Amino acid sequence: MIEIQNVEKSFEENHVLKNVSFLFEKGKTNLIIGESGSGKTTLIKILIGLHKIDSGTVLFDGVDFNAIKTKQQRILRQEIGMLFQGGALYDYMTVEENIMFPLSMFTDKTEQEKLERVNFCLKRVNLEGKNDLMPSELSGGMTKRVAIARAIVMQPKYLLCDEPNSGLDPKTAIIIDNLIQEITKEYNITTIVNTHDMNSVMEIGENIAFINNGEIWWTGNKDGLLNSDNKELNDFVFASKLFKRLKS
Amino acid sequence: MIKLLQHLGLYFIMMKKVTSAPEKWSVFRKQLILEMEKVGLKSVSLVIILSFFVGAVVSIQTAFNMTSPLLPSYLVGLASRDSLILEFSPTMISLILAGKVGSSIASEIGSMRVTEQIDALEIMGINSASFLILPKIIATVLFFPFLIIMSMGIGMIGAWVGGLSADVTTADFMYGLKYDFRPFYITYAVVKTTFFAFIISSVSAYFGYHTKGGAIAVGKSSTTAVVSSSILILLFNYILTDIILS
Repeated sequence: MIEIQNVEKSFEENHVLKNVSFLFEKGKTNLIIGESGSGKTTLIKILIGLHKIDSGTVLFDGVDFNAIKTKQQRILRQEIGMLFQGGALYDYMTVEENIMFPLSMFTDKTEQEKLERVNFCLKRVNLEGKNDLMPSELSGGMTKRVAIARAIVMQPKYLLCDEPNSGLDPKTAIIIDNLIQEITKEYNITTIVNTHDMNSVMEIGENIAFINNGEIWWTGNKDGLLNSDNKELNDFVFASKLFKRLKS
Repeated sequence: MIKLLQHLGLYFIMMKKVTSAPEKWSVFRKQLILEMEKVGLKSVSLVIILSFFVGAVVSIQTAFNMTSPLLPSYLVGLASRDSLILEFSPTMISLILAGKVGSSIASEIGSMRVTEQIDALEIMGINSASFLILPKIIATVLFFPFLIIMSMGIGMIGAWVGGLSADVTTADFMYGLKYDFRPFYITYAVVKTTFFAFIISSVSAYFGYHTKGGAIAVGKSSTTAVVSSSILILLFNYILTDIILS
């Protein structure tokens, strides 16, 4: 599990996160939802150490990420799988090389062992046999699936996903959502998904934190979300006519 | 001035990260070979073409300006040799490589920055600066001196061809090439080139690594990298020449 306690973050005059505390549970898909500019991406970048916090603590299974040395942070990061909004595949490497890269960097496996692991991960994301394709040859959905395969190749304890469905059609988005949830259950990992896609929320939202203006305004699950009387949350969730109809 | 100091500070912070030991030597070796090919081998044809034609033009211009019959024609060979070794090959070719290799390094790293590929490296626990930049710096520092020595040779062949068209006999030209030759000039050129190679790769990598924004920012980084590298090459050309030759 990952726990954040009283996290504060400002960029010069802009107070982006205000006293944010939340527990991201193990074996669940934890969602951070909120409008664009609400502080979701800053929070996820804080979790992976790309932004330093002004105050507060970030605990990975009790280990304070900001209190340990850089070398230990690097070791801890090897236990984190990250799915970026655009996939962030290395565009000069093939699909196979992209997925194999963390194995080459951090393990002493033989080429055969690495290839077996890559093929296993590709099969897991339903991209068997796509080893030799270049990232430029992949569709949006395939890029995300390769990125998921790369994120899980080291069998991480934590999986962080930044807007995994952005730019995808609804059908592909659901496939990606379900894949993330299946992997979470299968490996019993702590998964955090940063999204503003309400379809995703309804599909996989087990433990949700709603961020508004840098503060957590509401926490709960997808069922609680529909019945909440929190005005800000309702304005966000039921912004579209479809969801308004769902509410009524 | 404050901005310049900020750039300097960030440059040295980045270089500190760059110079830390690679995470895995086997992966580093692969990267280094890849970079040798990208920044070195792929510049060979450009260097050959440029050196040949500039060498030819230098000798024709030298012959054209020697209007006095008292000046021996072997001076064409001598002047071409010294121009090529002392200035054209190390400095002009480095300036051209700053355009080709420098912009390529800045745009490659800049694109990786804006598409979060560098963030992905960092999250995996990899020192992205060392992983991406160190092989480029070592590849340029090792390979550019060879390119420059090759440029000198090709330039002299061009100068010989140009000399022939300006009625300088092969015997006279060869005599001029060998006349009062100082091997130290080659050392001077190689030392300069090594400095320039370091400037091109590290400065371009710096601007690429600190790119913020999207495609336009990548283009801007690339342009800034070329302009800054070129200015620094000219500045260090003056400083190194003053130190080594005076």
